[in-house]
Amino acid sequence: MEEDTIAAISTPLGEGGIGIVRLSGKEAFPIAKKIFKGKGKEMESRKLLYGHIIDPGNNRVIDEVLVSFMPAPYTYTREDVVEINCHGGIIPLKKILELCLEQGARLAERGEFTLRAFLKGRIDLSQAEGVIDLIRAKTDEGRELALTQVEGKLSQKIKEIKDKILDLLAFLEVNLDYPEEDVEEVTGEKAKEGIELIIKEIDEILEGAEEGKIYREGIKTAIIGKPNVGKSSLLNALLREQRAIVTEVPGTTRDLLEEAINVKGVPLNIIDTAGIRKTEDMVEKLGVERTERILKESHLIIFILDAKTGIEKEDWRILETLQEKNFIVFINKTDLVPPREADRMKEELGDTPVIKASIKYGEGLKELEEMILEMVFQGKIISPESVLVSNSRHKASLEKGKKYLEEALKALEENLPLDLVTIDLKGSWEALGEITGETIDEGILNKIFSQFCIGK
Amino acid sequence: MSYTAGEYDVIIVGAGHAGCEAGLATARMGCRTMMITISLEHIALMPCNPAIGGPAKSHLVREIDALGGEMGRNIDRSFIQMRMLNTKKGPAVRSLRAQADKEKYHLEMKRVLEHTPKLDVRQGIVEKILVNSGRVEGVETDTGARYLCQAVVVTSGTYLRAKVLMGQRVIESGPQGQMPANKITENLKELGFNIFRFETTTPPRVSSKYVDYSRMIKQPGAKEGYKFSHFSELKDYPREQIPCWLTHTREETHEIVRNNLEQSLLISGEIKGAGPRYCPSIEDKIIRFPEKKSHQIFLEPEGWHTREMYVQGLYTSMSEDIQWAMLKTLPGLEQVKIIRPGYAIQYDCIDSLQLDLTLEAKHLKGIYFAGQVNGSSGYEEAGAQGLVAGINTALALKGRDPFVIKRSEGYMGVLIDDLVTKGTSEPYRMLTSRSEYRLLLRQDNADLRLTSRGYELGLIQEEEYDKFATKRKKIEEAKELLENTFITPDEKNLNKLEELGTAPVKGSVSLAQLLKRPELTYKDLRIFKEEISNIERNVAEQAQIQIKYEGYIKKQMEQVEKFNKTESRALPENINYREIKGLSSEAREKLEKVKPRSLGQASRISGVSPADISVLMVFLEQRKREKKEST
Repeated sequence: MEEDTIAAISTPLGEGGIGIVRLSGKEAFPIAKKIFKGKGKEMESRKLLYGHIIDPGNNRVIDEVLVSFMPAPYTYTREDVVEINCHGGIIPLKKILELCLEQGARLAERGEFTLRAFLKGRIDLSQAEGVIDLIRAKTDEGRELALTQVEGKLSQKIKEIKDKILDLLAFLEVNLDYPEEDVEEVTGEKAKEGIELIIKEIDEILEGAEEGKIYREGIKTAIIGKPNVGKSSLLNALLREQRAIVTEVPGTTRDLLEEAINVKGVPLNIIDTAGIRKTEDMVEKLGVERTERILKESHLIIFILDAKTGIEKEDWRILETLQEKNFIVFINKTDLVPPREADRMKEELGDTPVIKASIKYGEGLKELEEMILEMVFQGKIISPESVLVSNSRHKASLEKGKKYLEEALKALEENLPLDLVTIDLKGSWEALGEITGETIDEGILNKIFSQFCIGK
Repeated sequence: MSYTAGEYDVIIVGAGHAGCEAGLATARMGCRTMMITISLEHIALMPCNPAIGGPAKSHLVREIDALGGEMGRNIDRSFIQMRMLNTKKGPAVRSLRAQADKEKYHLEMKRVLEHTPKLDVRQGIVEKILVNSGRVEGVETDTGARYLCQAVVVTSGTYLRAKVLMGQRVIESGPQGQMPANKITENLKELGFNIFRFETTTPPRVSSKYVDYSRMIKQPGAKEGYKFSHFSELKDYPREQIPCWLTHTREETHEIVRNNLEQSLLISGEIKGAGPRYCPSIEDKIIRFPEKKSHQIFLEPEGWHTREMYVQGLYTSMSEDIQWAMLKTLPGLEQVKIIRPGYAIQYDCIDSLQLDLTLEAKHLKGIYFAGQVNGSSGYEEAGAQGLVAGINTALALKGRDPFVIKRSEGYMGVLIDDLVTKGTSEPYRMLTSRSEYRLLLRQDNADLRLTSRGYELGLIQEEEYDKFATKRKKIEEAKELLENTFITPDEKNLNKLEELGTAPVKGSVSLAQLLKRPELTYKDLRIFKEEISNIERNVAEQAQIQIKYEGYIKKQMEQVEKFNKTESRALPENINYREIKGLSSEAREKLEKVKPRSLGQASRISGVSPADISVLMVFLEQRKREKKEST
C-alpha cells in the first residue's frame, strides 16, 4: 500500500489557472516520462523543465507545462517525486491526472502524501496527530461524497458491471467447486460472449464519461423560488440559450432541467426546479417532491425573490430551510420597483449574500457568477476538486477493469483453462473498486448459494 | 468424586478427524499426550459422507500430508475408489476424491494412534476443563478421572449438547446414536467462550440388497492409480475399486416432500440452528428451487464388507416414513429398505473470533480448539485445524515460535484466517473460490509448498524428506531439459509438428516454449527428445504445469508479494485499540475483539477501512519512534 505510485492534483483549483499534478513513488519518473515531451534531451533533476504533456494514446498535446523531477530521498515523501505545473485550468489538469492514472499511478487518498512523509520519517513525531486528522478528514468527506455518488449514475453503472462480472464468476466458480452437480457448464465460448458484452458496456460508459458528461457532475446548483419569479429565465440567461419554457402562467416548468455551465473553469451543474409551494396539482406535486430532494443534494442554492412582491411569508419559510446550506439570494425584477425598494429588501435579509438583479436587462448576472466563484474558491462549497477527482477515480477503475477483461479474453482465445480466466475476472472486479464493501469471495458465494441448487 | 488419574503434557478432547491429527502431532513432536473420546469404536468416524477430498478439500488433505499429518496416508490405506475431478478445468481446481471404507478408515486410524509412542487413548466424556489463575491445568471426565496437563485441545465435533432431529422427533444424541457431551458447554461459557448453535443434515443409508443398479448410471473409479499421500506407495495397497451409482429425484419425490413439510421441525422453524447453505437438505432444495424438477442422487458404498449405501444428495430431517416414501420414488430404489434414517443434528460451537491464528484462545492460554467446534464442517477442514492446533500446542510447550500458514501458502491458512478473522455464521466449508491465490495453492504442489515446513517441525521423517528433495530436484531437471532442448524448423521437425496438429515453428524454439501451446502436452514432445519418456509422471506433470501456466503463476506471485508486505507488518498483542485516536468506533471494537497479528489480517476484518489501516500505520510508526527516543 505504501509501495505503489500515487498521483493527485496538489493545488487548490483557483482562479490563477496554474495547477500542479504531483506524482510520488517508485514509478513516478517512468510514468511522467511516458507523457512528457521536453525540449532538452536529458531529464535533469531538480530543474524546471519546459515541455508538453502528450496523450500517448493519440499523440495529442494536452498542455504546455513545466515539470520537475525530484529523486528520493530529498523530497517531501522521501520517494521519487514529479511535479507537473500546468496553466490551462481545470480541464487539462484533470486530463493530465487521468493520463498518470492510465500509466499506472493510483489516485492518492486525501492526506496520503503527508502519510508517506510521516512514515518515511520526514515529519516530526509531534505532528502525528495532524496526519491522522488529515486521513480522517478524508473518510468523513469521502462518506459524504459516497452518499451523493450512490445516486450518481456513473457509480450506479459501475455497480451494475461489477454485478455482471460477479454473475459470470459465480457461474464459473460453481462449475469449479461443484464439478458433479448438474449445473449447466460454462464453456469457454459462453464465457467469451459474457466478457465481450461487459467490455462493450464499459466502452459505452467510458465514451459517455468523456469531458462533457463528467462535467455534468460539477457543482450541483439549484435555482429555486416561487412560481414565475424568473427561475427558468435565470437559467436561460446563464446558458444564453432558450431551453426551458418561459411563460407568464405560474407553474409551467414541470420537469427539472439540468444544465452544465462553465464559469471560468468551474463547472456548475444547474438544476432548474418547479416552484416550491404547496399545490394540489398532482403533476406539479411530483415536481415539488423532487425539488425537495434536490435541495438536499445540492451544493449551492440560488434563491430568487421577486422585487415586485417583496419578501412574502412563503419566502421566509424557504429561507429558514436554507439556513444550513450554501445559498445566494437573487432579487429579480428590480427594474419594476424603485431602487430603494430593493435596498430595503436587502437590509431585511441581513448578512445573507444578496444580489440585486434584473434578468430582463441582464443586470446582476456577472455579480452572481463572481459571487459563486468566490464561494468556490473560499472553499465554502464542496471543492470541485473532490467531485472531479472522484470521477477520475471511476474512470481509471473502468479502464483498469477493462484491461483485465481483455486479458481474460486473450486467455480464452488461447484455450487456457477456465480457472485461470477467473483470475482476470476477479482482478477486473477488484479494479472496479470497492463500492459496496463486500469482498469478492463473499460476493461469489452469495451468488452461488442463491442462484444454484447445489449440494455437497 | 474425582481422583487423579494421570499427568500428561497435552489432553485432546475428542478423537475425530481434528482430534486424531492434533494428538498425533503433539505426540510425534514429543509431548506426552492423552486423547479422550466418547467412544473408542468411533475414532476417526465418518458420520456423513463416506468420502475424502474433492475441490479444495483434496488440497487440504495434501497439505496435511506434506506437514506430516495422517489423513492422506489413512485414506490411501482404506479407499475403495479414487477419482480425479475437474480434469478438464485447469490445474488449480483439479482435485482428487476418494470413497472410503469407513470401517477400515476407523480401524487403521485407531491402529496408528495406539502404536504411536507417547500417545494414550481412552474412552470417557470430558466434563470440565480445569483452570487455575488463568492457565489450564487439567480436565475431569464423567467418571471422575482427573488428568493434569499443560494444554488442552478441544476437538468436540458435533457432540456438544447434540440433538438429533427427525420429523417431529427430537432426541438428545450425538451422531449415529452416540452419547452427546452435555456438560462441557456450561464450563466453556464460564471460561468466557461465546456459544453458537449450528446444524447439519445427513441422508439415510439403504441396503444394497434391494438396489436395482440397472436403472442407474455407473460411476467407476479412475484407473490411473492416484493416491493422496506424497509418501505412501500405492503398490503396497493393490486393490480393486467399487463404483458409485447415479440416480435422481422425480416430481413424485418432490410432491411427497411438499405434502409433508409441516412434519419437519426444521422447516416449520420450531427449532433453529444455523445450517450450511452449500449443503442444503432436500426439503430446502425443493422449497428454494421449485423450478427444478429433478435433483441428482448418488449411491455411495460405505465400505468393502458392508451393504450400507450412502444416499448422497438426500440430506433430510423428515420423519423416517417420509424418507422411505421419498427413497422409493428414485429410479432403482423401488424395493429399497432403509438401514439407518437420515437426520439433522444441532450442536454447540464456539465463536472462532475468540481464537488466535494458532487456534489458541486469545483470552485463555493453553486451550486450543479445532474442527467443527470452531464452526467449520468437513473431515478435511477438521483435520487441517487439528494438525495446526496440535503443532502449535507442542511448539508453545517447548517455548518455540508459533506455526502459521499464510493465505498465500496454503488452503489451511485461508481456512484458519477466515475463521479467526472473519468468523462464520454457518458451518464453514472450504471452497477453492475462497482462496485469492488459487493457482499457486494447487493440490499437485502441496509438497513443494509445505514439506520443508513439516520437516523443520520434525513431523516429516528423514527418508520422507529425502524422497521429497529428490522429486524436487527431478522437477528442476525436467524443466531444464525442456528449456534447453531446441528444435529448428527443418523438414523432419515440421513434419512432426504437423503430425501433432500444431502450427509450424519459425526459427529455433525450445521445447518449453512449445509446451506452452494449449494443444500440446509433455507426452507429445517425446518425439523430439527421447529422454522425456524416462521422466516419472508426477515429475513431468509438475514441470508441465509450471511451464504451461508460467504467465499466470507469475501474476499471482506478484499479488502475493503485495499481500506479504502488509502481512509482515506485525501488530503487537498488547495494543489497546480503544486508545488509538482516529480509528472509527466500529474498527476499534472489531480490532479489540479480533486482535489481529498483522496489518494484513487487520485489513480483512469487516468494518476496518483503508483509512483505519492508515491510522494504524501512523500509530505503529509513532510507537516505533517513541521507543527509539526512550532508549
